[in-house]
Amino acid sequence: MSTELNLTLQVWRQPGPDAPGSFVTYEAKGIPDDSSFLEMLDIVNENLIERDVEPIEFPHDCREGICGTCGVMINGRAHGQEKATATCQLHMRKFNDGDTIVIEPWRAAAFPVIKDLIVDRSPMDKIIASGGYIYAPTGTAGEANETLVPKEAAESAMDAAACIGCGACIAACPNSAGQLFTSAKLWHLNSLPQGQPERFQRVESMVHTMEQFFGACTNHGECAEACPKEISLDFIAYMNADYMKSKIKNRAKSAQI
Amino acid sequence: MLSPTTTPQNSGEKPMREKPRDLPFPLNIYQSAIGKKWVMAVSGLMLVGFVFAHMIGNLKIYLGQVEHNGVLDYDTDHYAETLRNLLVPIFPEGVVLWGMRLGLLAALLLHIHSAYTLSMLSRKSDNAYAGKRDFLAANWASRSMRLTGPIVALYIVIHLADLTLGFGIATGEFEHGQVYENVVHSLGRPIVAIGYIIANIAVAVHIYHGMWSAFQSLGINNPAYNTLRRTAAQVISGLILIGNVSFPIAVLTDIVSI
Ligand code: HEM
Ligand code: FES
Repeated sequence: MSTELNLTLQVWRQPGPDAPGSFVTYEAKGIPDDSSFLEMLDIVNENLIERDVEPIEFPHDCREGICGTCGVMINGRAHGQEKATATCQLHMRKFNDGDTIVIEPWRAAAFPVIKDLIVDRSPMDKIIASGGYIYAPTGTAGEANETLVPKEAAESAMDAAACIGCGACIAACPNSAGQLFTSAKLWHLNSLPQGQPERFQRVESMVHTMEQFFGACTNHGECAEACPKEISLDFIAYMNADYMKSKIKNRAKSAQI
Repeated sequence: MLSPTTTPQNSGEKPMREKPRDLPFPLNIYQSAIGKKWVMAVSGLMLVGFVFAHMIGNLKIYLGQVEHNGVLDYDTDHYAETLRNLLVPIFPEGVVLWGMRLGLLAALLLHIHSAYTLSMLSRKSDNAYAGKRDFLAANWASRSMRLTGPIVALYIVIHLADLTLGFGIATGEFEHGQVYENVVHSLGRPIVAIGYIIANIAVAVHIYHGMWSAFQSLGINNPAYNTLRRTAAQVISGLILIGNVSFPIAVLTDIVSI
């Protein structure tokens, strides 16, 4: 048998992008401690619906920590207090009976609130669209082992590709900078042989798009702490190095590698 | 970046700011935030190099009077004299010193300009939380850069007036070239000494985050020494703190006197 928790929630409620928002307090009673954070919100919402109150809109999809849709600030931390855990993977047993939990949407000027806890993260799609793919037409997929990839490069690329694009890094950053997300998306291509022909065009293009939406990194390191996939700050250094290499030699224009 | 037909449809979210039209190389580097941050790091490291050398040079205060060519002289004064005569006779007296000063001034101005514009960029991009934030990695040094920076700037102006130019806050006894005595007179005033202590704590705190930050901004990353970057910042800022704060304390406690 699981034990049950009685909690007080302070939830950010905002009817729409231009409407003012505020914290509203709800009692969450009888929450099984083996439910997830999102299931806890489901229970609260069922209660609200029964009472004819508009349910809390919150972002979620896969609920297994891989899609990056969920993500809210929980007691001032992105995805809550557990390290390397997305909101959907956060379990209520990590909280104590009687706790007050403050829940707020991601905040960044480029992330307008759509409703309650849901924000518009399309600026991140814009960054991907400006270079986070390999364009060179190569016909149909070749043999898996046709392009040899050194183990170190493959692992580095996989570490970067673990990014689920949830936006916690930007939400956690006091500057609302997009460095960790952009560098992860950049590095998973720039570390592979297939990514080389467009390497420097890619870094310039993605960085310039990022800078149209987000702030300037001051290396606080909050992003890496918030990341549910533990993306490393090293990727930011790699991105900075690639960007300056590209600029100093004008590589994006001359296409030298 | 590539053919427009492959670019997915805009999702409705307008950029906060347009990308400016490219200036000619190398000015275009400074148009991006990452480029500005690179300039900030390079200029910051130049300034750290100066602050460190300045601190080491000032340690000569503890040598007091030393004999040079048979004349008893304050070692600090002799050192200041040597700085003015660097690379003489290849260059006329003072030229190398002025070259270094202009280089530092350029670094300082670029550092301040990049700090200011990047801070403004972040301020416009940020949207404050209504609830309390719980920081995990951002420390008091990294979060106070925009406070310690201007304190350092103000201190530089006051300090130059006090001990280089000899006006404003300088003592009535100020005399060009009498470096040792000027220091003892100025820091003999408790209020001024306390001001120097506070300002130099701000310098050290600023450098503590700045040094570590500069490695990231420059993209210097090597598994062999990544863990040493924090240590390097601690050691350098610690030495600068101890050295610089010791001077006003030494004068106040008469360890250094005339
Ligand atoms: C004069 C006024 C100054 C202002 C307004 C200022 C401001 C700033 C700001 C806002 C940053 C960015 C902080 C961050 O990354 O979070 C910074 C970085 C830095 N500062 Fe200063 N600063 C000043 C003076 C100095 C001085 C005198 C030194 C050296 C002794 C110095 C060394 C550095 C270094 C090494 C960095 C790191 C650069 C980087 O982050 O890549 N600064 N400064
Ligand atoms: S809902 Fe998909 S990652 Fe949390």
